[in-house]
Amino acid sequence: MASLSELYQNVILEHNRSPRNYRVMADANREAQGHNPLCGDQVTVRLRVDDGRIQDAAFQGSGCAISRASASLMTAAIKGRTSEEAAALFQQFHRLVTGHPEAAAPETLGKLAVFSGVSAYPIRVKCASLPWHTMKAALEQTRDPDQSPSPDL
Amino acid sequence: MLKGSGLLEQPASSGSPVRGPFPVEAVRRDFPILGITVRGRPLVYLDNAATSQKPQAVIDAIGRFYATGNANIHRGVYALSEQATVAYDQARSRVARFLGAASPSEIVFTRGTTEAINLVAQSWGRAHLGAGDEILVTAMEHHSNLIPWQLIAEQTGAVLRAAPINQQGELDLEAWHRLLSDRTRLVAVTHVSNALGTLNPIRELADAAHARGAVVVVDGAQSAPHLPIDVVALGCDFFACSGHKLYGPTGIGVLYGRAELLQRMPPWQGGGGMIASVTLERSTWAEAPARFEAGTPPIAEAIGLAAALDYIDGIGFEAISVWEDALLRRAVELVGAVPSVRLIGTAAHRAAVLSFLVEGIHPHDVGAVLDDEGIAVRAGHHCAQPVMRHFGIPATLRASFAFYNTMEEVETLARGLGRVREVFG
Repeated sequence: MASLSELYQNVILEHNRSPRNYRVMADANREAQGHNPLCGDQVTVRLRVDDGRIQDAAFQGSGCAISRASASLMTAAIKGRTSEEAAALFQQFHRLVTGHPEAAAPETLGKLAVFSGVSAYPIRVKCASLPWHTMKAALEQTRDPDQSPSPDL
Repeated sequence: MLKGSGLLEQPASSGSPVRGPFPVEAVRRDFPILGITVRGRPLVYLDNAATSQKPQAVIDAIGRFYATGNANIHRGVYALSEQATVAYDQARSRVARFLGAASPSEIVFTRGTTEAINLVAQSWGRAHLGAGDEILVTAMEHHSNLIPWQLIAEQTGAVLRAAPINQQGELDLEAWHRLLSDRTRLVAVTHVSNALGTLNPIRELADAAHARGAVVVVDGAQSAPHLPIDVVALGCDFFACSGHKLYGPTGIGVLYGRAELLQRMPPWQGGGGMIASVTLERSTWAEAPARFEAGTPPIAEAIGLAAALDYIDGIGFEAISVWEDALLRRAVELVGAVPSVRLIGTAAHRAAVLSFLVEGIHPHDVGAVLDDEGIAVRAGHHCAQPVMRHFGIPATLRASFAFYNTMEEVETLARGLGRVREVFG
């Protein structure tokens, strides 16, 4: 039986209280907005991408603890990675939160492994994934990420 | 030899309407699901505005139909079909009696409240609305009593107007009366708000609308489970409600339509069962309500709904409303006293719904903590995004009550909310 403390691990609660990279980024050159119409969560992800590498990442928005902590940890995790690496990390993260049997070993996800408890709460997968979908849309320069089909919705 | 259908003759467990202290423990035993555990805790089901649980009498009526009475209706000359037809027609009569309709022919079975409202929009609306005509709704409508009017307005060139609500979550009556004009052809209003519990003064609105020559559509999805409904006393022309919120099955709803209007409305869906005669070129239509029930209707669901109405009347709305009012008052008191809780919607007249926020903590997170305690509440916008926008919030938590809820469950809810701060600090 899944427990509340597995969903809300301490790292998640801490990032919810004090999110990293929660700011406007003046020199951002990629930006996308994500919206979960089911719960009203909204997130804006801003990136600075130079030579195919994410130099800086930030977010703003409103949402539950899971989506806020996910955005916070994501921005920290993708900094310094190439677009391809960030997309690959999203794929691993997505496998983790959906409880995919071929989920990557937790150590390859680093701190993102704290989201393993989400898989027991299918409705919260959307919350954890929203910042990532939005980041991907920003990389692809989609103006309307919430218009694009999402496997979680 | 088939025995008499017996499908609608099961007495409600409580027999005659309840007098004296509300026998909530006895009532709870009629609902098998109330005995289950969730996440290792006894289920505390407080999402009755989304859907209600089903008494054994309803489960049995549906099971009995499929086990011993299943056939299509208005078909063959064989006994089983005749029996199913009789049971379906009896269910329609049962609903007519429940709503105070003058005749069963004023009752159309639909898939739910949503389809009932869409029926009025597409059938009455297409026939009567034109460019410049106005439809008046309110800012507290569920999307199901808003989007059908947006669609028909777009299709006909009619103009949609919405009366605002105040900070208590009540309809701004002055503004509503100002928006009503000689151009208003149709007024659509919810009887009880699903997001806030606000009870609207339907009779007052209906009288004013009729004085301007407008027809009145009432969304009764949230009122029919809690208040005795008399469509004639309410003065409405159409009244829609859902079976599954009335302790009956999903997949069935009801549209009451005043006979004079219903008989003149064109069909909105074509198919079997709704015709008088058909040639390859053209067809003529059956009388209402059959005209609006194309295809095989929800027969088992109608029979289950009738059993649910028998069950409700077995307890009686007098006892139900006294108990549910006591539950709501206690909930307002206990939940309102939890630190950081802000109640959303504090209308003077309301029913069975408590919307609230825990300051600084997203409703989904609060909902997850409550879920861990076995408490089922709704967290979200409740398909009423304009209401959320009015209060400047993305979502709320909503506890909604039924007569089988207990004072202890209300206390469990308040205790669970107390735990939210411990988790999120």
